[in-house]
Amino acid sequence: MPASSPAAGLLRRSGRRWLACAGVVALVVALPFVGLALEALKGSPGLWAHLVSSILPVALVDTVILLAGVGLVTATLGTAAAWLVTAYAFPGRRVLEGALLLPLAVPTYIIAYAYLDILHPIGPVQDAVRWMLGYESPRQFRLPDIRSMAGCILLLGFVLYPYVYIPTRAMFLTQPGNLIDAARTLGISRRAVFWRVALPMARPAVAVGIALALMETLNDVGAAEFLGVRTMTVSIYTTWITRTDLPGAAQIALMLLLIVVGLVALERWARRRQGYAGDTRRNRGMTPVSVAPSKGVLLLAAGLVPVLLGFVAPAIYLAIEAWKRYQFASLSARLLHEAVNTIVIATLATAVTITLGLLIAYAARLRPDTGWFLRVSTLGYAAPGTVVAIGVLIVLGSADQLIDRAALQWVGISTGLVFLGSGAAVVYALTVRFLAISAGGIEAGLSRIPLSLDHAARTLGQSPSGTFRHVHLPLSKTAIAAAALLVFVDCVKELPATLLLRPLNVETFATHLYGEAARGTYEEASIAALAIVAISVLPVVLLSRVGVAGSASSTSARKHDTIEDTRT
Amino acid sequence: MHAHSFLTATAVAALLALSPSTSVAADLNVYTTREPALIAPLLEAFTAATGTKVNTVFLKDGLAERVASEGESSPADILMTVDAGNLVDLAERGVTQAVDSDVLTAAVPAQLRDAKGHWFGLSMRGRVLYAAKDLDLTTFHYEDLADPKYKGKVCIRSGQHPYNTALFADYIAHHGAVETEAWLSGVKNNLARKAAGGDRDVAKDILGGICDIGIANTYYVGLMTSGKGGEEQAKWVQAIKVVLPTFKDGGTQVNISGAAVAKHAPNKAEALKLLEYLVSDDAQKIYAQANYEYPVKAGVAVDPIIAAFGPLTIDKTPLSEIVGHRKEASALVDKVGFDN
Repeated sequence: MPASSPAAGLLRRSGRRWLACAGVVALVVALPFVGLALEALKGSPGLWAHLVSSILPVALVDTVILLAGVGLVTATLGTAAAWLVTAYAFPGRRVLEGALLLPLAVPTYIIAYAYLDILHPIGPVQDAVRWMLGYESPRQFRLPDIRSMAGCILLLGFVLYPYVYIPTRAMFLTQPGNLIDAARTLGISRRAVFWRVALPMARPAVAVGIALALMETLNDVGAAEFLGVRTMTVSIYTTWITRTDLPGAAQIALMLLLIVVGLVALERWARRRQGYAGDTRRNRGMTPVSVAPSKGVLLLAAGLVPVLLGFVAPAIYLAIEAWKRYQFASLSARLLHEAVNTIVIATLATAVTITLGLLIAYAARLRPDTGWFLRVSTLGYAAPGTVVAIGVLIVLGSADQLIDRAALQWVGISTGLVFLGSGAAVVYALTVRFLAISAGGIEAGLSRIPLSLDHAARTLGQSPSGTFRHVHLPLSKTAIAAAALLVFVDCVKELPATLLLRPLNVETFATHLYGEAARGTYEEASIAALAIVAISVLPVVLLSRVGVAGSASSTSARKHDTIEDTRT
Repeated sequence: MHAHSFLTATAVAALLALSPSTSVAADLNVYTTREPALIAPLLEAFTAATGTKVNTVFLKDGLAERVASEGESSPADILMTVDAGNLVDLAERGVTQAVDSDVLTAAVPAQLRDAKGHWFGLSMRGRVLYAAKDLDLTTFHYEDLADPKYKGKVCIRSGQHPYNTALFADYIAHHGAVETEAWLSGVKNNLARKAAGGDRDVAKDILGGICDIGIANTYYVGLMTSGKGGEEQAKWVQAIKVVLPTFKDGGTQVNISGAAVAKHAPNKAEALKLLEYLVSDDAQKIYAQANYEYPVKAGVAVDPIIAAFGPLTIDKTPLSEIVGHRKEASALVDKVGFDN
């Protein structure tokens, strides 16, 4: 649509308030990074010489190998699983569709700790293997150690593949069935359809999913620490903690952030000329083919493998450990307190994150030329949680002191720490960290609503806000719900920011778990670990229910370019 | 929008419910990197003895940054942490204040506290050798860890962990950086697995046949042996014996846990009372019996499990000198690729 058309002009003029709000949101997200940059500027003599000579050669290579490995595993598992449940009809498919999401409920640090135990030479698996082979002691026979790069890649892959599965499945589901039919009529086999039609068309979704999985990988410190893989994130930690060099750590963190942002931009640029989308409303989706019962069982079994490895096995393990612990020490009263804190913090953070996500996604719709607000708002997801937490600490610490001093001076009372003392700092950090999920998911939902509806509503006299309330909100409900559930689960699992920023006497399941794990008493943490998984399962199940329509697609499966495509 | 104001109201209410009353007088606020379960018995005993309620927040990394960012508005009274290096860092960042207490100076030996009174050691732990029980080994030197005869037999946690950098820093104090680098390379070559995990994994991995010897802290043995860690850990620890290693020209490397009064402590009097309580015979006994640490105060008995290791000869290198070599040690760990 030409920019000079009256309707476009109308959108532009009246969307100013939304735009201003989106600008403020972007600023709020960017602030912690400004704080970090200021810290980095304090300088760190000798840091880069040391990095270049001793750290980068290994840590950078290890990080690249880890990312490549996790990318490959999540892409393969996620895409294959998505294709399996959309292209074929077999008994149990519906259940499998939802079950494939379950590993989302297992944080990376928990899967590492569970498998370290399960696969340890004195764990159940190797015990059984030795028993079968007739060996007495692990000194006679044992399997290779899980503490390795390969182990880390596999474990992370099995809990992170849903990030690829969700948007890819949504994309497969909405792919026009007529294209697939056309390809089939032209004599292409079912398998070739996947490689030559479905996969290329789903590429943006796969790419976004992999990007999310890789950012989760970069965020991880716990699993890497358990498994002895030295990533750049671990190097940030070492520089900060062991060498007490926060400016240096901030420099590495910002460099890493630049690389991530650069890679994401590169991927977008690489498919800049590819147009996707089209109007999906009228297309019927792909019809799954029925398969013979025997083949159906095989497909179901194949589909269940990632669920078993990424969820069922660790969950059973945790349940057994928690049960043992319960018999040994029974339940402590603090678990209830922790449950309340975990849920309250996650709920508040989700509410704020979704509200801001709506704001920024709708502003981007009103004024597509300001899409960079949207991109700024995703910065927090591209940085490890600790990095965001330190940035937030720098910003809110100063704010708290200013407020306290001002109150003392003008009113004569001390306010204490308004943000850090109230838990608001935790909510802020979680919002910065997960706004990308919310804004991206909502934007994807909005992009499915044709602009003609906006125009119609506006012609009928609605303001942008009215249009938003009466048209967009109802039509993108599922996308919003899906985003909210994902954000909630991420907040429940989040550790570093919650740990650093929470007020006195506030423990969550994640901080309790860490408190025990940090001194090596994992078994005492098993109840908290199980609770994290249990609290996360419910939203994940709901997520599978929210279903197709909203294209849980989540997370920005369809990005900005899609909107532009739809418009032309 | 109604939804908005409802959300705001809920948010405010929930945050209020979440936030503890930090400004109530006669409470004491403790920021700690010591895990809650370790200090809870001590703080409960203090509350029982004095009636002062203690609020805590457990912060693993970033305690110094948090207090520094909060500045004058910080509610923190006491900062508690492990590792002398961390205590020195707190003092150097200017988030602590000097206190003058005869009780503290009398109870804590001079080498275990800051000369100006900014921090005080409260308990000690040795960095010792766990060895497979059937191994014919009764004495051990840290220098031996690099002996090629232990190739593929050594387990240890990340070289960058403060417990290890402190040990390596002590090595630098004894032998200089050049020799330490060669020694670290030797230890690295002897590793049976990645330098990762925690100290208890050393016992578990010895039982699992992955390694024969490893370096870990003393108190874990108490926790595992006593059954406090559950049945499985009791099994792990049965696979090992503890040898107190020494430097060839020195003693066993010892680190401390300690505490400091925060610079802007709102309840300084109570803070001092807690510090003095922590060096009382009662509290020192809890450190020894509940946590299996070595008390800093002379005359307080160590737990029998720990006493069974034999007499502890503390290495003579002053803590301040170890702390001074810490960054160098950390850089050497990277240089030899200890954790790779």
